[in-house]
Amino acid sequence: MDKRVETPSTRENETVIPGRFANFRNYLSHDRNLLRLLGITLAIFAVMSALKPELFLTVRNFSSMSFQFPEYGILAVGMMLTMITGGIDLSMVGIANLSAILASLVLTRLIPESAAGGTVGLFILAAVALSILTGVACGLLNGIFIARIGITPILATLGTMQLFTGIAIVLTKGAAIYGFPDAFIWIGNGSVWGIPVPLLIFAVIAALFALILNQTAYGNKAYLLGTNATAARFSGIHNARVLLWTYALSGLLSALAGLIMVARTNSAKADYGTSYTLQAILIAVLGGVNPNGGFGTIAGVSLAILSLQFLSSGFNMLRFSNFFKQFIWGAVLILVMVINYYSNKKRSRSTD
Amino acid sequence: MKKLFEKNEFLVALTILALAIVIGSINQAFFSLANLFDILRSSIVTSIFAIGVLIVIVSGGIDVSFTAIAVFSMYVTSKILIAFDCGSFLGTLALAAVIGLVLGWINAALIAKFKLPTLIVTLGTSSMVQGFMLAFIGSTYIIDIPEGMVRFGKLDLIRFSASNGTTTGLHAAILILLVLIVFSWYLLRYTMLGRGIYALGGAPVAAARAGFNINFIQFFIYGFVGFISGIAGVVHASLVRMANPFDLVGTELNVIAAVVLGGARISGGYGTIHGTLLGVCLVVVINNSLILLGVPSYWQQIVVGSLILLGTGLPAWQNRRNEARLNSNLLD
Repeated sequence: MDKRVETPSTRENETVIPGRFANFRNYLSHDRNLLRLLGITLAIFAVMSALKPELFLTVRNFSSMSFQFPEYGILAVGMMLTMITGGIDLSMVGIANLSAILASLVLTRLIPESAAGGTVGLFILAAVALSILTGVACGLLNGIFIARIGITPILATLGTMQLFTGIAIVLTKGAAIYGFPDAFIWIGNGSVWGIPVPLLIFAVIAALFALILNQTAYGNKAYLLGTNATAARFSGIHNARVLLWTYALSGLLSALAGLIMVARTNSAKADYGTSYTLQAILIAVLGGVNPNGGFGTIAGVSLAILSLQFLSSGFNMLRFSNFFKQFIWGAVLILVMVINYYSNKKRSRSTD
Repeated sequence: MKKLFEKNEFLVALTILALAIVIGSINQAFFSLANLFDILRSSIVTSIFAIGVLIVIVSGGIDVSFTAIAVFSMYVTSKILIAFDCGSFLGTLALAAVIGLVLGWINAALIAKFKLPTLIVTLGTSSMVQGFMLAFIGSTYIIDIPEGMVRFGKLDLIRFSASNGTTTGLHAAILILLVLIVFSWYLLRYTMLGRGIYALGGAPVAAARAGFNINFIQFFIYGFVGFISGIAGVVHASLVRMANPFDLVGTELNVIAAVVLGGARISGGYGTIHGTLLGVCLVVVINNSLILLGVPSYWQQIVVGSLILLGTGLPAWQNRRNEARLNSNLLD
């Protein structure tokens, strides 16, 4: 652990993007990991294209893939944020469903029958705003439990996951809500100049968070906090505030993913997307995020999302069952961790 | 006396007592023998799981794969025994326990050899184990479970008929639980291995320096969890008289909640069997009594979630305040 603590001198001289100054060796190994991941992604793409060219290499497939991955991709970005600070957010799917259900209640119960297009638009804006506010509030609650009260992130978010899902169940009595205005469905199913709206949302989020992590004081502090919390505190970083921000942002992203989920399926329910928690962790780890904190990039996570989506679509075309996919996800997660273990070991042996 | 009040176990016991008084005063049915047996019966499987989870948490790890292991062992055992037409219940238990043991060792190998985070390993293996079973072994209910399980399912130690004609009984599975309680209590309290588990949870490096074989301890822990998960799976299937491959998975958080409520520290190094059993009792009483109190069952998750936050938040808050008092200049 000590090796990862940066010294003030490297900090002064470092000219590369600030988020990456945490450790020069990490920076090198990261590029190698990224290259390997790119190789894996291309290999999966090539194999699937070779096996089912008539299905895989079609505009329709690419279009359907870019409607599918943004919702769990956005969750994975949030998971990455919390993992960078050395935590984890198991409540993301709970937040997504709760905020989505609140928005759905506004959209299905409050809009008057006779409302004109403009009024409906206002209601949609209100619903979106409500769900985002809910997401941030839930995230802040996580942050308070973790940073102020001192519960470990696993337990705190485990508890709030039950709490948020529970509230969602009570609100809906366990039933699904459906039947939304067309303008709202557009968020999940529409296209702008041929580009799916969910993909656009994901692209904006990825760009924004790459910027936040690399160019802002918050980004630097988050990496430092994850690398060594004690060292961060002694360099004058307000750890509790950084954690509050992190979980609030993760809550915000959960709410956005929830909105896309509702709009895409035209329904909301308290137990949608439960498999996304594992998937988001899998993507983060596959994308090179260190679960113990201190490292992770948007580029890595984006590549991991792509490779997983190629694999998933390919399996669908090969008619593998969902159960088989579940087995493969688990296997890939463990395999990646084992490969990382060996490559880290090799590197530390060759440099020490 | 003050020390007693600071103990989590004592607080949990007080909470259960207070709850019992409140629930009992609202609905007299709570104090009936039938309800007592009912609560005991529904806490057997959770308690077996909880003992395993306690040992993992004491060692500083976490395991979320035990329900998947339990269902896998139970389902595969049922399939094998039906194919070979074998009716011995002890044989059933042994087979399921061995399957569970092997699956637990897979966790142990990944954790001990590659030093991977326990949460992520067990998340991965849980997905693998369940996915493998559903994809390759079967995804349909088995109603005709092996004869040994049917016989065991009907085995009551004491049975009596209430005045309204319903019969209730104390199920024999409580004996299996008792054996496991005594075994693990002795293990944690009086053996070197048990001391090693606490030492590992307290400070892994110090434990290794003190001469404990960390790899061996981890193989024992995760193997043991797998072993008793297999047993819990068979007991569960016998009690509900059906082998359902979609059962149990998803309830692991309730078990972890019960263990943590019972005073085990998630950071490792502290936890007791009696505390864990009290924690299970609290969760089961609350879940069973919501119905007696006339609260709709969909409130259950909110209650459990709040309990986890309360049960982990209070000690964490206390801890933080003590620390702050010790070094007030380091407050962040």
